Amino acid sequence: MMIQVNQLTRYYGELCAVNGISLKIEKGEIVGLLGPNGAGKTTTLRMLTGFLRPTSGDITVNGLSIHTHMPAIKRLMGYLPEAAPVYGDMLVYDYLVYVADVRGIRREEQGDRISRVAGMCGLQPVMHQPVAELSKGFRQRVGLAHAMIHDPEILVLDEPTSGLDPNQIVEIRDIIRQAGKEKTIIFSTHILSEAEATCDRIVIIDKGRIVADQATGELIAEAGGDRSLFVSLAGADPETAKAGLAGVKGIRDVQVQPSDPSDPSGVVRLKLICAPDPDPRRVIYAHIRQTDWDLLEFYGETRGLEHIFRKLTTEA
Amino acid sequence: MAEVWHIFKREFKAYFVSPVAYIVITVFLLVTGWFFFSPFFLQGQATLRAFFGMLPYVLSFVVPAVTMKLFAEELHSGSYELLMTLPVNLGQVLAAKLAAASAFVAIMLAPTVIYAVSVSLVGDLDWGAAAGGYMGALLLGAAYAAVGLFASALTKSQIVAFIIAAAVCFVLTLLDAMLFFLPDTVMGVAGYLSAGAHFDNIAKGVVDSRDILYFLSVAFVSLYGAYLVLCEKQ
Repeated sequence: MMIQVNQLTRYYGELCAVNGISLKIEKGEIVGLLGPNGAGKTTTLRMLTGFLRPTSGDITVNGLSIHTHMPAIKRLMGYLPEAAPVYGDMLVYDYLVYVADVRGIRREEQGDRISRVAGMCGLQPVMHQPVAELSKGFRQRVGLAHAMIHDPEILVLDEPTSGLDPNQIVEIRDIIRQAGKEKTIIFSTHILSEAEATCDRIVIIDKGRIVADQATGELIAEAGGDRSLFVSLAGADPETAKAGLAGVKGIRDVQVQPSDPSDPSGVVRLKLICAPDPDPRRVIYAHIRQTDWDLLEFYGETRGLEHIFRKLTTEA
Repeated sequence: MAEVWHIFKREFKAYFVSPVAYIVITVFLLVTGWFFFSPFFLQGQATLRAFFGMLPYVLSFVVPAVTMKLFAEELHSGSYELLMTLPVNLGQVLAAKLAAASAFVAIMLAPTVIYAVSVSLVGDLDWGAAAGGYMGALLLGAAYAAVGLFASALTKSQIVAFIIAAAVCFVLTLLDAMLFFLPDTVMGVAGYLSAGAHFDNIAKGVVDSRDILYFLSVAFVSLYGAYLVLCEKQ
C-alpha cells in the first residue's frame, strides 16, 4: 500500500476546511479529487505534500508518517500547486537546474533528467526564456516539469488544467496520462469530464468530508435514480402525445420540450422521466408503434458524473 | 547543507537580474560618498570615522530594501509553496536567504574600500580601525538583514515589509541617542539594545566580544521570530 490518510482534519482558526478524511491509495492508481470550490481539496493536497500541517490525523506514505518523516516523503513526491507559481525571474532551464540541485540530483545526471522532462512536457522551445514571459500553458508545463524532474513515485497535481484553453487542457491531460502509466497520481479538479476521462478512481469531497469514493466506472453506473429518455415525433399533437405516453407503464412524467423554431414541420419533442428498472424502452417503442406518429429520434441520457456530483455536493 | 548553498545561489543571483540591486547599490554609494567626502577636506583628518559614523543610519534604510522581497514576494506569488514542498526545512531556507542578503550587503560595501584607499593616499590611515569598521559593518548588515527577513515573513506586501524593517532598524540605530528621553530604570537596558553604540565600538577598532554577541543576538532573535511566523503559516 502506498498512501494512507487517517482522520485528517485541518482548521483555519474556527473554520474547518478538512474534517476527518480517511483514504487509502494504492501504488499506481490515478485518483481524482473532486469537489466544489472551497470543499477542502487544496488543503488536503497541501497537507499531503507537507506545506500545511494537519490539526489532527495522520498521513503515511509507504509506512512513513508525515509527522516524523516529512523530508523522506517530500523526496517521493512531486507537487504542482494550483497556477504553478514558478519564479518568474528565472530562465526555464536555470529553474530546472535549480530544482534538480535542491532535489540533490547529481550534476552528471541532470542533463539527462532535464532533457527528459523537457521532452515530456514539451518545453524545448522555451528553455531559454524567462518564466515570467511564458503563456499560462507553458508555465503550467514548467510546473509539471518541476514536479517530475526527480522521477517521483507520487505526483500530486492541484487543478493542473485550470485556466488553460481546450488545446492546452488536452496536452496537459496527455502528459498526466502518460506519467500515470508508472506513477501514483493524485489530482484535484472541478472539471468532471476530465476526472471521468483520466482517473481510475474518484473521490468527491464536500465541506471537508468525503461524500463518495469509488472506481470511476462504478460511480457512474451507480448513479441510479430516474433516467431520462428523449423522443421526437412527427405528425403528433403535443397534448395527445403527452397524455398517451403518460399512461405507459414505467413512465413517471412527460415534459414537452420547446420545439425548434427553425423547424416548421411541427415535430414534437418530449422528455420522458422513467423508473430505471425494468428497462422502459421496449414498452415505449411498442406504444409508439401502435399510433400513426413517425418516430424521428429516440435516445437516452447517460447519467454522468455531473449528476452525481450535483446530487452529492448540493444536499445539505 | 548542499540545499542551503543552492538556495543561496538562487537568491543571490536573483538580486542581479532585476534593476533594483543596481539602483540600491548606486544610491548607497552616492549617499555615503557625498556625505563622507564633502566634509572630509574641511576636517583635515585621515580617518574613516565620518563614513562609519553615518553607516548605521544609511544601512537601516538600505538593508530593508534589500531584504523586503525575500519572503514577501514568495508569499505573494505563491512560489513559497513550491519552495517548502522541496525537501528542505525552514531553517535551511532562512539560513540561505540571510546569507544571500548579507552577501549582497558585502558586495554593496566593497566599492567603499576605495574611500579607505583614497584616504590612505593623502594621509596616514589607521588600517586596523578601518578593518574593524568593515567587520562591524558586515555584522550590522547581517543583523539588519535578519530584522528585514523577519519583517518580510510577516506580510505579502514588500512595501509593508520595508517600512516595518526600516522602522525597527532605525530605532535600533538611534536608541543610544535617545537615552536622554528615557527613565533611568530602562536606560541601561536601552543603551545595551542600541545597535549604534555597539557599532561605534567596533568602528573605533575595538573588537569586543560583547558587541559581536550583540549583533549575533539581534540576528538570532529576528531569525527565530521569522521561523515562528512561518511555522504559524503551516
